[in-house]
Amino acid sequence: MNQEEDVKSCPVIANHIKVALVGQPNVGKSMLINSVSNAHLHVGNFSGVTVDKKEVLFDYDNYHFTVVDLPGTYAFTDYTIEERVTHDYLCAEQYDIIINVVDSTNLEKNLQLTAELLTMSKKVIIALNMTDEAEKEGIEIDAEYMSELIGVPCIKVSAVAKTGIDELIKAVLKKHTSSKNKPKLVFSEPVEEEIARLVWYLDKHKYKANNSYRNIAINLLKNNKKTYEKLHKNPIWTELQPILIEASKHIELHHDSDDIKEAFAEEYASFNRGIVTEVVKQKNNQAKKTLTEKIDSILIHPVFGIPIFLFFMWSLFQLTFEIGAIPMEYIDSFFGWFGDVLGSTIQNDDMRSLVVDGIIGGVGAVVLFVPNIVILFIGIALLESTGYMSRVAFLLDGFFHKFGLHGQSFIPLVTGFGCSIPAYMSARILKNDRDRLLTLFIIGFMSCGARLPVYVLFAGAFFSADMAGNVLFIIYISGAIMGLIAAKVLKLTAFKGVDEPFVMEMPKYRLPTLKLIWHTVLGETMMYLKKAGTFIAGAAMLIWFLSNYPHNLQLQTEYAQKIEQTQDIAEQAKLKNELAEHSLEQSYLGRIGKFSEPVFEPLGLDWKMSIALQAGIAAKEVVVSTLGVLYSLGADVDENSSSLADAIRANIPFASAVSFIVVIMIYLPCFAASIVFTREAGHIKYFFYLFFFTSIAAYIMAFIAYNLTKMLV
Amino acid sequence: MNTLLDCHKACRVRVVKLNAPTALKQRLISFGIMKNATIEVLEHTPAKSTIEIKVGKMRVALRGEEAKMIEVEKI
Repeated sequence: MNQEEDVKSCPVIANHIKVALVGQPNVGKSMLINSVSNAHLHVGNFSGVTVDKKEVLFDYDNYHFTVVDLPGTYAFTDYTIEERVTHDYLCAEQYDIIINVVDSTNLEKNLQLTAELLTMSKKVIIALNMTDEAEKEGIEIDAEYMSELIGVPCIKVSAVAKTGIDELIKAVLKKHTSSKNKPKLVFSEPVEEEIARLVWYLDKHKYKANNSYRNIAINLLKNNKKTYEKLHKNPIWTELQPILIEASKHIELHHDSDDIKEAFAEEYASFNRGIVTEVVKQKNNQAKKTLTEKIDSILIHPVFGIPIFLFFMWSLFQLTFEIGAIPMEYIDSFFGWFGDVLGSTIQNDDMRSLVVDGIIGGVGAVVLFVPNIVILFIGIALLESTGYMSRVAFLLDGFFHKFGLHGQSFIPLVTGFGCSIPAYMSARILKNDRDRLLTLFIIGFMSCGARLPVYVLFAGAFFSADMAGNVLFIIYISGAIMGLIAAKVLKLTAFKGVDEPFVMEMPKYRLPTLKLIWHTVLGETMMYLKKAGTFIAGAAMLIWFLSNYPHNLQLQTEYAQKIEQTQDIAEQAKLKNELAEHSLEQSYLGRIGKFSEPVFEPLGLDWKMSIALQAGIAAKEVVVSTLGVLYSLGADVDENSSSLADAIRANIPFASAVSFIVVIMIYLPCFAASIVFTREAGHIKYFFYLFFFTSIAAYIMAFIAYNLTKMLV
Repeated sequence: MNTLLDCHKACRVRVVKLNAPTALKQRLISFGIMKNATIEVLEHTPAKSTIEIKVGKMRVALRGEEAKMIEVEKI
């Protein structure tokens, strides 16, 4: 540790280095952390993947590193919540060093943030990321010369190719042990003059501060609120104020602008232009159309853009069903076989029923849909990592705007097809609170991955295999359309107000690495399986218990006698089913179902379905496992058909099934998502709004759907 | 030609002034859309409700309403 280090920024533990990773959106900060450590942070190709700061720990050369991955920010503004997170962290928290990650292929724009960081009097290292990509584009950066010009180390790295990582860490160590050096950010003459004047004044009065006088002077000139507040309380303020007003006038005059922040942005821009002209060499001519522009001319074509997008979505759901159906058969027969084998080793009737019908039946019903989930997640991962997501936001903004939504709402909404929880969090990219709340309310209409099993189950039960994919597509699209209508209704009533501006970066197209897709999909799938093994298994056991107890001995002996009396095997089977049906009806679950049946009756739902829906408030996977438990115990399942889809086809009228699906599409996502929703919305009252809004909408829509289907079919 | 909204596809202009509210102005500036910056219109939706521009090496999408606030001159 360096002795000269001032106490304020000195960490508690000597060989612990805390690094703040800062950069503009989509420059590969999270990817860089993944390359440095063995973390698997979520990576995508659009601005706003990381919405909250994340810490990653690793050891290197006797040092403990804590790297804080901060959300990307274009400049030191508080435009969106994520930018506020970064700004607050950099200004108020304790850390040792900043690694500023920049995109080598677009240095000038990236340096805009760098320039602001350099005025902060913190230790800064610049990581020139995407070096490999820059080289391919014929861009050559003289990193050594750049280090010399700016006065901070600039290291060429590539997070994808994992080059320069060691050098970067070594540079951090070296910088950490060296004394603070001054970055050489030079402003234009008038600004430097005013800075000098302010520094001289502060020095004359021996003003006590942690930051350098130069830093304070720049902050004062930039109208930094916090610096103003601090100095406002100091007696020197009365003298300082007139000097400051003069200084601002001088600078504004020089820039021919009445906005000091704009003037400073221009100062930074001209400094950056100077650096770029000195250190960057562009080999091939830029006039040629880039690959991204060529792809864009097709994908965001004014006429073909939207049909192409719809085709992609349709293909995704076709594949989800078609390819997903192949391994399903094997999984289904595996669990059937597994249940039989395990069941034959258990003597006790109740125990066997618990294990075979309860746990294996419930968990098996959920695991069955893993192939579908995997395909859907691959689709979403591709959408996120190629850069296509921002194009769709571009295409749909005009359309979305008519419904009171924002083009960028598309990003949380599409994330909602995977899982509502990250979707609620990614709504932070929306700046305006009203727009964000509106989007939060609509996310639930985008059917999440956990609802997919219910749709696949019902689509497979009522439609032929070649139609089921189309049915899935229709379910998702109509959910999205209902969401848009709901948005319009909310916009006209609850969320009236001015629209948020739409200014969004369109990232370069990138081919995602297989490894990246693999980690994303694996992570999501493991989460699904983990839930199946723990939460869902527990819920299935609870449902099993509630549906088996209390035992009615009178009913059992009554039927046992009847079964003994008859010789006909068919008659015996019928009686057995009848017994199961009656037992279920008088169980705890049956009683709850019967109690709530009048509420669900107008929707055409029997008590079993209403129980499944109520259980689904905990998590949508429980809907399938509950149906699995309820229909594997008794009901009219004939000998040949053992699968749940067959049981559903035999027991549920089509109109009721439609009504059931409509409720699933609209009502509350799940317990965990509701908690995240409440946190992101900022108040518990919004949860109750959401609950009533979705429940009432679901009830009305299901009622209409039920009666319409009954009339038509 | 006065604002960016009046520009057609493939047209190149220089920014003269930003007539936007403070927050939006700062946003535009942080994207490199500031005085003297060169802008190229890459694509727009049929009704010009959304426009894709290129500023420096970055592609940015914005709405017609925002484009209207950017005063430009032809190069």
